[in-house]
Amino acid sequence: MSDAAAKPVALARAQNNIPSLIVLAILAIAFPLVPYVLHVSDYVLNIFMNSVSYTMAVLGMVVVLGYAGQINLAQAAFFGIGAYAVGLGTVVWGLHFWVSFVLGLGAAAIAGLVLGLTTLRLGGHYLAMITISFQQIFDLVLTNWIDVTRGPDGIPGIEPPALFGLHLTDKRAYLLFSAGVLYLLIWFVWWLPKTRLGRAMRAVRDNELAAETIGVHTLRTKVIAFTISAVLGGIGGSFYAAGFSYISPDNFSFLRSIEFLTAVLLGGAQSPFGAALGTVLIVLLPEWLRFLKSLYLAVYGLGVILIMVFLAEGIWGLLRNTFQRIRKPIAPVIGAAPALNFDIKAPGERPVLKLENLQKHFGGLRAVDGIDVEVAPGTVHALIGPNGSGKTTSLNVVNGIYRPTAGRIFLDGIDVTQMKPHERAGLGMGRTFQNIRLFPTMSALENVMVGGQRDNNPMEAGREALVTRALSALDFVGILDRAHMIVRNLPYGYQRLVEIARALAAHPKLLLLDEPGAGLNQAEKQELVGLLKRLRGHGLTLFLIDHDMGLVEKVSDKITVLNFGKKIAEGTPQEVLRHPDVIAAYLGEGPTNAPARA
Amino acid sequence: MEALANNLQVLFQGLALGSIYALVALGFVLIIRATNVVNFAQGDFAMLGGYAMILFTVGMPGNPELHIPGFAVHVPYGVAILLAAVVMAIIGLAFNYGVYYPLRNRSFLPVLISTLGASIFLQNTVLALFNPQPRPLDKLFNIDGVTIGGVFLDSQYLVILVFTILAVAFQYFFFEHTLIGKKLQATSQDKDMARLLGIPVTLMIIITFVYSAVLGGLAGMLVAPILFVSIGMGSTIALKAFAATIIGGFGDVAGAIVGGIIIGVIESFAAYYISVPYKDAYAFLALFLVLLFRPQGIFGEKVSEKA
Repeated sequence: MSDAAAKPVALARAQNNIPSLIVLAILAIAFPLVPYVLHVSDYVLNIFMNSVSYTMAVLGMVVVLGYAGQINLAQAAFFGIGAYAVGLGTVVWGLHFWVSFVLGLGAAAIAGLVLGLTTLRLGGHYLAMITISFQQIFDLVLTNWIDVTRGPDGIPGIEPPALFGLHLTDKRAYLLFSAGVLYLLIWFVWWLPKTRLGRAMRAVRDNELAAETIGVHTLRTKVIAFTISAVLGGIGGSFYAAGFSYISPDNFSFLRSIEFLTAVLLGGAQSPFGAALGTVLIVLLPEWLRFLKSLYLAVYGLGVILIMVFLAEGIWGLLRNTFQRIRKPIAPVIGAAPALNFDIKAPGERPVLKLENLQKHFGGLRAVDGIDVEVAPGTVHALIGPNGSGKTTSLNVVNGIYRPTAGRIFLDGIDVTQMKPHERAGLGMGRTFQNIRLFPTMSALENVMVGGQRDNNPMEAGREALVTRALSALDFVGILDRAHMIVRNLPYGYQRLVEIARALAAHPKLLLLDEPGAGLNQAEKQELVGLLKRLRGHGLTLFLIDHDMGLVEKVSDKITVLNFGKKIAEGTPQEVLRHPDVIAAYLGEGPTNAPARA
Repeated sequence: MEALANNLQVLFQGLALGSIYALVALGFVLIIRATNVVNFAQGDFAMLGGYAMILFTVGMPGNPELHIPGFAVHVPYGVAILLAAVVMAIIGLAFNYGVYYPLRNRSFLPVLISTLGASIFLQNTVLALFNPQPRPLDKLFNIDGVTIGGVFLDSQYLVILVFTILAVAFQYFFFEHTLIGKKLQATSQDKDMARLLGIPVTLMIIITFVYSAVLGGLAGMLVAPILFVSIGMGSTIALKAFAATIIGGFGDVAGAIVGGIIIGVIESFAAYYISVPYKDAYAFLALFLVLLFRPQGIFGEKVSEKA
C-alpha cells in the first residue's frame, strides 16, 4: 500500500532530472582531468585549486543562507580556522596532516556551535553583526598573537597530505583528490534538503513561527545549519592551506567572507550547483576584469547591489526557471493513499486540555484574566467572544507562543505551562493559524511532511512512512491531487486545507484552530463544517476560536464565551447563545437599559 | 593624584570617542526605524565626510593609472564643512535611490547585502581617487587645548562633545516638536498606516537617508583630525556604532547614544590598562556579553512575534 503511494512520486522526479544530471556528471569528471590532458601552467592550476577549496566553503553558505535563511558573514574565519589548523598542525606542531585536519574541523564546529547558540535566538541583524564581530576578532588574533599564529608573516611550507601511502605532492593529483572530496560534499548538500533536517531548515527559513509551532526545534535546527556551514568552511580552508603551501591572515579577511557571500548569491543560494557556478565566476572575475585595474573592487561592490536587485535567485535559479518554462511538466504519478489513521484511544474521563486560572497581562492590560477551561476528549470546544476579548491571546498562550503571567496549562494531564511551542507540538498539540502560515516555497506534500515529523509522532520510522502519512492527510482534506504544487501557487481555500492536513499528519491529541473560517466564502465554509464534523467523527478533540456564530453553533459541543479576558458563560451552543450576558456582550446592553441611557 | 588625573584623561578620551560612535549609531537607528534595515555602509558615510573635508581643504591627488587628474582647492574650514555636508546630502539621496529603493519590497536580507555592496563600492571608489595613504586633517580650532587639574582637554575632543550634545538636542526637538519629525516617526512605526493618512512615505525615507548621511559625514569630519582620514576608518567606527545600537537596545535612540558612550569608554580604558593592539576587540566582547545576558539591550523591550 505504502509502495503504491510513495514510489511513483520519487521515480517521476528522478526521470525529470536525468539529462541535466548527465551533463553535470560529464563536466564534473572532465574538470580535474584537464591538467592531465592539456598542458596548463601552475597559475591555472592555482585557479582550479582556488575554485575547489572556495566552493567547499561556499557550500556552507548554501546550507546556512540558502536552506536555513540565516546570514553568516564570517565564513572566511571558519575557512581560516581550517587552514590554520593544517598550517600550524603540520608545520609548527609537527602533527600528521589528518590529525590537524580533524582538529581544525573540531575547532570550526565548536566556534560555529558557540556563535550559533549565543546569537541564533535573536537572528537577523544580530547574526549579521555578531558574525562580522567574530570575523574581526579572528583577524586581530591572527595578526597580533604572533607567538602562536606567526602573525602577518603567515606560515610557509605546508605539505599536501599522504593518502594510503600515496603522497599527493603532484599538484594535479592533489587537485584530483580535492575535487573528489568536493563532489562528495556537493552530493551531501544536494541530498540534505530532502532529509528531515533539511526540511526543518527550509521550514525555519520560510516561516519560523509556524515551524516552531508544529514541532520543529527551530533553535536547534538553526544551530545545526550554522555548525554544518562552519565545518564546510573549515574543510575548504584545510584543502586550501595544503594546496597553496602558504597561508597568511590576508587570505581570511572580512572581504573574503563577502566574497563567499557574493559567490553563493551570484550562483544561487538554493543549490550546491549554483554555489559551484558562483564560486568559479568569483574566482575568474578578477582575471577577466583585469583591465579595470584599481577600480575592480568598486565595480565588484556595484555588482553585489546589481545581483541583489536583478538576480534574486542567482544564475542557477534563473537557468532552472527558464528550463522549467520550456520543458513539458511531467505530472507526478500519485497512487492512492491509505486512509488517514487517527490513532485515537477510547476517550477516557481526563480532559485533553485543561486551563487553570490562566492569565496573560501586557503591561497593565489584562488580555486574559484568569480563565478556567476543560476540553473533554473527543469533543469540539469553541472559544468565542467579541473583538479584543482575549481569544487569540488565549490560544497563543495555550500554544506556547506567549508565556502566561499566571496559571497552568495541562495537555492530556501533563503540565506544559513552561514548555516551548515545539515541545508542546511534540506532545500532540496541533495548530492552524488565522492568517495562514505555511512554508510558501515548499510543496504541499513537503509542508505536510514537516508536520508529520514532530517528536514522538506515533508512526513507523523512515521516509516512506512519512510520505505515506502526508499523502493520507492530504487525501483526507481532499487535495491529494495538488500534493506536488508549491503552496504559494495554491488558492487561498486550498492553503487552509494544507494547513489542516499539516496538523493532522502529526497525529494531534488536540487540534487548535484559530478562526478556521476566516476569509472563506459560504461554499468553502460549508465544506469546512463538513471537514470539522468528520474530524470529530474520528474522535479528534478540537479547540477552536471563530467569529462566525453560524459555524461555531454547527460544529461545537461546548462553547466558552470570553469578554474582557474573563469567562462570562459556558455550556452547549443552545444554552450559551441565549445567555443574557453573551447577548449583551455581543449586541450591547439589553433594551431595559436603553431608555435610561437615551 | 596622578592616577586620578590619568583616569580622568582616559575617561575624557573615551567620552569623545564614544560620542563619535553615538553619532554614527544615531544614523543607524534612524534608518533602522524608517526601513527596518541596518545600513552597513553607515560607517562609510563618516569616511566620505572625512574625505570630503580633505577634498575641500587640500584637494585630491588623482590616480594616474586610471588617468584621473588630481586637483587642489583651498576654501576656509567653515565653508569646507558646509560644502562637505552638501556632498553628504547628495550621497544620501543617491544611496536611497541606488541601494534601498529598488529592494524596498523585499525582505531585510537582500537590502542588508546591498548595503554591504555599497560599502565596498564607496570605499574602493574613494581609494581609486585618493590613493591608500591616510591623510591628516586640521583641527576645527587652531589651538591644542586646555589643561584643567592635570587633565589635558584637546580642543577637537571638546568640539566633538559639544557637537554631540547639540546634535542630540536638535534631533530631540526635530522629532518631537516639528510636524515633519512627527511624520518621520509615523513612517517609522507603520508605513502602511502613514501612507493611508497621506504622509509621503517615500519622501520621508529619502529625508531619513539624507539626514543619516549628513550626520554620519559630520561624525567623520569631527573625528578626522584625531584618527587620520583613511579608507577603512568608517568600517571600524560603524561596527562599534552598530555594537552600540545593540547594547543600547536595537532601534532605540537613547540606547544608541548611551551604548556609543559606553563602548567609547570601555575601549579607552581597556586600551590603557590591558592592550592596545586588541583595542578594536573590546567593543565586540562587550557586545557578546550583552547578547548573552540581556539580549534586548539596555533600553530595549522583549518583543515576540504575534501569531
